[in-house]
Amino acid sequence: MFMGLQSALERNSFKLLLGIIATVSVGGLFEITPLFYVDNTIEEVEGVRPYSPLELAGRNIYIREGCYVCHSQMVRPLRDEVERYGHYSLAAESMYDRPFQWGSKRTGPDLARVGGKYSDEWHKLHLEDPRAVVPESIMPPYKFLSKTELDTSTIKADLKANQRLGVPYTDEMVELAEQDLLTQLDEFADDYDGFLARYPKAVVREFDGDARKVTEMDAIIAYMQMLGTTVDFDTYEAELTENMR
Amino acid sequence: MTTVKFSRGGREKSNPNSNIFWLDSMTDTKAISFIRKDSSLFMIAGICFIGVLWSLFALQYTPATYTSLNMHGGIVLAASLLGIFAVVVKNGDGTPRVDDSEYNDTIIKYGVIATTFWGIVGMLVGVIIALQLAYPEIFYFENFGWTNFGRLRPLHTSAVIFAFGGNALLATSFYVVQRTSRTRLAGDYWPWFVFWGYQLFIVLAATGYLAGITQSKEYAEPEWYVDLWLTIVWVAYLLVFMVTLARRKEPHIYVANWFYLAFIITVAILHVVNNLALPIGLFSAKSYSLYAGVQDAMTQWWYGHNAVGFFLTAGFLAIMYYFIPKRANRPVWSYKLSIVHFWSVIFIYIWAGPHHLHYTALPQWSQTLGMVFSLMLWMPSWGGMINGLMTLSGAWDKLRTDPVLRMLVVSVAFYGMATFEGPLMSVRYVNALSHYTDWTIGHVHSGALGWNGFITFGAIYCLVPWLWKKKELYSLKLVEWHFWLATLGILFYITSMWVSGIMQGLMWRAYNELGFLEYSFVETVSAMHIYYIIRALGGGLYLLGALVMAFNVYQTIKGRGMAESLDTISPTLRKPIMPKAEPARPGQAQPGTAMGAAE
Repeated sequence: MFMGLQSALERNSFKLLLGIIATVSVGGLFEITPLFYVDNTIEEVEGVRPYSPLELAGRNIYIREGCYVCHSQMVRPLRDEVERYGHYSLAAESMYDRPFQWGSKRTGPDLARVGGKYSDEWHKLHLEDPRAVVPESIMPPYKFLSKTELDTSTIKADLKANQRLGVPYTDEMVELAEQDLLTQLDEFADDYDGFLARYPKAVVREFDGDARKVTEMDAIIAYMQMLGTTVDFDTYEAELTENMR
Repeated sequence: MTTVKFSRGGREKSNPNSNIFWLDSMTDTKAISFIRKDSSLFMIAGICFIGVLWSLFALQYTPATYTSLNMHGGIVLAASLLGIFAVVVKNGDGTPRVDDSEYNDTIIKYGVIATTFWGIVGMLVGVIIALQLAYPEIFYFENFGWTNFGRLRPLHTSAVIFAFGGNALLATSFYVVQRTSRTRLAGDYWPWFVFWGYQLFIVLAATGYLAGITQSKEYAEPEWYVDLWLTIVWVAYLLVFMVTLARRKEPHIYVANWFYLAFIITVAILHVVNNLALPIGLFSAKSYSLYAGVQDAMTQWWYGHNAVGFFLTAGFLAIMYYFIPKRANRPVWSYKLSIVHFWSVIFIYIWAGPHHLHYTALPQWSQTLGMVFSLMLWMPSWGGMINGLMTLSGAWDKLRTDPVLRMLVVSVAFYGMATFEGPLMSVRYVNALSHYTDWTIGHVHSGALGWNGFITFGAIYCLVPWLWKKKELYSLKLVEWHFWLATLGILFYITSMWVSGIMQGLMWRAYNELGFLEYSFVETVSAMHIYYIIRALGGGLYLLGALVMAFNVYQTIKGRGMAESLDTISPTLRKPIMPKAEPARPGQAQPGTAMGAAE
């Protein structure tokens, strides 16, 4: 019977094509589609919020520079990783990541929980000249980030696209994107409170230490400093059934 | 053209029309002309015209910032204008230029040269980034982001996989499908559209990485508009391949073509699904993925693993199934094994993606499925290896005398090794150690350098004398040199990566007697230094081998050394002779095994 089927397929190119499509579709359908509707795929946690405009701009620089080829953002639930990096990563923590940045190689350390571990100044020095602060490092230098002014002209479109894809940015957030981006660099900005209401627990300060201009360094440090800081692990119960995956 | 009907259905079907189905029935109807005649040129011109319009708008409306399309607008504009120019020139006098009794070999010559060229580019970038990791100080350009590892590494991976491997697959598939179908490549202009369109894709992808235009999805880094372009090119590729198959003068489709077809259609599915994204504007390079977080990760590694499974495995198995029987002058060992391993390999491969995400936030049921199927994958993979190796039954002695055949056979041995190592690394507990380390890099390269590289070199060494009508390669001695340089290079590469990967994995989890982590992260980085030097050396040797090949290819084309032109021996051998179509002989037709290959 199978040989008969094979005989029919290998004598007709279109049937062969259909046979191949049917065969290769099964795995994807069984493995990927459930992830979109099975409830416990993403844990119930408190604190995860969409990226602030400045953080999103920083994240886009992280992507642009290909940081993901050497740094993962995924702490595995293994003893040494939890001790080295912190609480293992939750699916909820990357639920607004388009695309995800879990990475596949650790030529450098994992960055999923790097937020708050080093000072802004350390990050700036390290990015400009990694071996100035870590002599054995093999990371390339990113001094140009300090010199390049951040392009804020597309940030509203960035938020808008994310909103369309389902990230819970409100119309107000989209409207105020450019202003919010600047507010996050200035503790004395007019709309400081409004900004923090929109992006709870966001860190507001002059990240690269130079208030004269908004640079790409500002954005990438803002992103670094928020990584892994949003989830409130005091209220997270790993043993709950809905959090067991 | 005279109409010849075959019985394409069961062997004893009396009515030849009863089983005719869509494409295969289009052989001599008008329907097929859309891909053959002047309407083709019109369509190609239309595509180019859209390219001109889009690039002009892009040049006009994008701000001069990092999302800029200025460079790509210019490249697309130039390419579109060149395309229109080519169409106008081709269509100039309206006389038919195509001789249906000849194979289209010119495009394969282009493909072979493109493969060699991009191979060297990709490997060169690989050696550069290997040196960057070994000596970060000598590649120190703090103001030029495009010289950094993060932007060059996608350039390396894409150049070797899609430019080198992709051109090898394009060229060999166009060669094999013509020979095993005994018909000329369908759509006179479309194969050229596919070839040049694919080169444009490569150029857009490569320049995009350097400029920082990336989606950051590994092996799917090009942004949305480059993805769209590749989709158009790929659909044209599928059509050219399918219509050529449909016009075949053989009742059966040869096994190599099953693999090519699986490669083409599955890569199309993977590419489209994984790259779905919303651009922030029609004239902006930036887009956001349709999927987020865990779903995005799963979709990406479903794609990523099957880029290996269908681009680097199915496609290259097709090369194996044509070139090894042909070079060894033996039929494929087992027809039944080829059936079993074809269907099982394509069914099982698709499931294996989650083994890239062990211990991550991906639900565990999915990780377990990925691991189980990866283990199962070992068997069909080795089925392919056994079928390839055993094809040498009765011709093993040729390994001593023919370095080209040796290259092809060793590639299959590396395939076997890599497909054993893969299932091993997909086991969760092994993966806990190996993941994120250089072991993965070593594994990938034993497959890429040993399997994909060697079988491509072997195919190139076969194709060059065949295409340029030479008696033999310029120098078999240089093939020996290439073989040993490359083998030594692989050895250095994978052994150094095994040691550094396993060592780093163990160092990360090492505890001292007080129960604290023994090593800081950067201590594990400095421990890698010596292995990174050995790795760069291995890559350098491999690149050197490829340069030797390029020289050999050049000299062969020039007709030097042993590469005597067949013209001088016998002028009748000059033209590729396509066998006259013969009616099918029901009952006599043996199943597809090595039919074309043994011709």
